[in-house]
Amino acid sequence: MPFKAKVRVTLRKSILDVQGKAVHHALENLGYESIESVRIGKYMELDVAESSAEKARAAVEDACKKLLSNPVMEDYHIDLEEI
Amino acid sequence: MSKLRFGIIVFPGSNCDHDAEAVCNALPNAEAHLIWHKETDLRQSDMIILPGGFSYGDYLRTGAIARFSPVMREVTKFANDGRPVLGICNGFQILCEAGLLDGALMRNANRKFICKFVTLKVKNNETIFTSEYEKNAVVRIPIAHGEGNFVADPDTLTRLKDNGQIVFTYCDAHGNETPDSNPNGSLENIAGICNKSKNVMGLMPHPERAAEALLGSCDGKKLFLSLVRSFMLQTH
Repeated sequence: MPFKAKVRVTLRKSILDVQGKAVHHALENLGYESIESVRIGKYMELDVAESSAEKARAAVEDACKKLLSNPVMEDYHIDLEEI
Repeated sequence: MSKLRFGIIVFPGSNCDHDAEAVCNALPNAEAHLIWHKETDLRQSDMIILPGGFSYGDYLRTGAIARFSPVMREVTKFANDGRPVLGICNGFQILCEAGLLDGALMRNANRKFICKFVTLKVKNNETIFTSEYEKNAVVRIPIAHGEGNFVADPDTLTRLKDNGQIVFTYCDAHGNETPDSNPNGSLENIAGICNKSKNVMGLMPHPERAAEALLGSCDGKKLFLSLVRSFMLQTH
């Protein structure tokens, strides 16, 4: 069964996101007073051919730990859907 | 007398490989050769250098893809055997991604790519990489990076300090590690660290760009001379 994994990799909360801070600053300059903070991350879409959702998730999880994120500074979140 | 053989790994996107090779070839009793990242035989090398550059275009994260190049399995074995591995700039980033060094290198705090001479303090001169320097010597070596902002969790930092693994820090001309002398926001002004057994070191500054008077400083040359000395002591 084909699955689509949508992976979001974000900087850990404890880590200052300088890019997000710069974008937030620009939004402030544009007058968006209600936007209180910005965090920037990465978004990846993976097509996964596995026989079950569990197996697909396990494969993506492994890929996240090994390559797609760096646990020293990043967290990841996986959304999996059947396609 | 056998010569010290430096093996310099070339990844797609490495661009300081030839500089490192030229410096190593000019050292007394040493020679260097380039090793393409798909090679898996390091038997012709006594020491390995991972040079600066932009391996794999810095895609995903700096060093994240190079860390899985075929040669890196051998470099890991080489390092785990206690043999010397030096990572410069992108090489440092690759060593962190590979887990051979602690921490990670993030985007510079001021978001800029910084290319300039900085002053560094030699925090630990009791390593094979720094034995030719005086302890706490202040040296001038250039940096050239966009992602050199060293981070590590508090436990790791304590461990690095307790084991003397912090080798170089950014400092002012008098050796003070001030916020102003920290170019990239690195934790505790850290510019270079080594592993616990002190045979693997990574640093963001480029010692190979400060190894000739013509280039504005010779302060980086002592790092390479330290390696030559350690090799001679070990083999004779």
